Amino acid sequence: MEDLLNKISLKLNAKFSNAIISSELLYDFPVFTINSANIHDVIRFLKEDDELNFHFLTDLTGAQTADEKQLSVIYHLHNMPKNWRVRVKTYFDINTPEIPTATDLWPGANWMERETYDFYGVRFIGHPNLKRILNVDEMDIFPLRKEYPLEDQTREDKDDKMFGR
Amino acid sequence: MPKEIIKQTKLEIAKQPEGLEGPGFFATKIDGVIGMARANSLWPLPFATSCCGIEFMATMGSHYDLARFGMERLSFSPRQADLLMVMGTIAKKMGPILRQVYEQMAEPRWVLSVGACASSGGIFDTYSVLQGIDRIIPVDVYVPGCPPRPEQIIEGILKIQELAKNESGRRRNNPEYKKLLNSYGIE
Repeated sequence: MEDLLNKISLKLNAKFSNAIISSELLYDFPVFTINSANIHDVIRFLKEDDELNFHFLTDLTGAQTADEKQLSVIYHLHNMPKNWRVRVKTYFDINTPEIPTATDLWPGANWMERETYDFYGVRFIGHPNLKRILNVDEMDIFPLRKEYPLEDQTREDKDDKMFGR
Repeated sequence: MPKEIIKQTKLEIAKQPEGLEGPGFFATKIDGVIGMARANSLWPLPFATSCCGIEFMATMGSHYDLARFGMERLSFSPRQADLLMVMGTIAKKMGPILRQVYEQMAEPRWVLSVGACASSGGIFDTYSVLQGIDRIIPVDVYVPGCPPRPEQIIEGILKIQELAKNESGRRRNNPEYKKLLNSYGIE
């Protein structure tokens, strides 16, 4: 895995200077943190480079940092012939949650990006149909962001005394 | 069944309603007769979404045998059903569908809310789950439990049968009932 990490690091550094914020091996899994301005070019390169050939998007999801000021989008990529896997992360400000879509690279990113939009409010620029997918259409919050409470707010019979809210 | 067992088992046929009886005739109120008929031939529509639905399957199976109470046939069309049995967590996204199913049922109709989730949201105190189906449709009987045992579901059904037996045959024309439906925005 060390070899794979170094191989990808070398290729990315040669192609995109300053795009890589960090590269590390977490639990034997190569993880790259990429500047949000370059993220689309980087994942395109990972997919289309002849040797790396990360042709399969295993998963695309979001997260929020503990300080609540940043959101992130995480891509899990897979090269099936060589069984290489890589995780690519990018962070951006929560007040301007915009990032290019990956649907032009993988049509399968469509629903994953809708889900990420649904729960974190990340706007994927260029997505063909960016609307909620799992929650009710009328919902006016992004429920997995830390600023919104987990519990249903319409209930009156549950209070701190009884339910530890 | 051997005769001895039949003697020991308390087998009762449905009691006839109160009325005047004489040689060759029996006079009673039509509401009582219709109530008896309705109570003993309810067609339930199972709306099972999670573990309470599994308990319902046991209730419907040969061991607990809901067919003993005149519920041999489940109706999977709301238009032919009398009793809506809601069993399981109802997500907010499922809410309008449940309401549409209720609206498609013809009168008389009863609703049995089985389990903590259907009755109150249960442990799912969260943004995506409806906190009790009584927020969108009127409920006649609540069965507590997480999930309730088949005996409890049967108890709930017996309560519904009591309601069916004792209420007026023209429940839908009753102003109280109309007011209740209007409070849910149902015509």
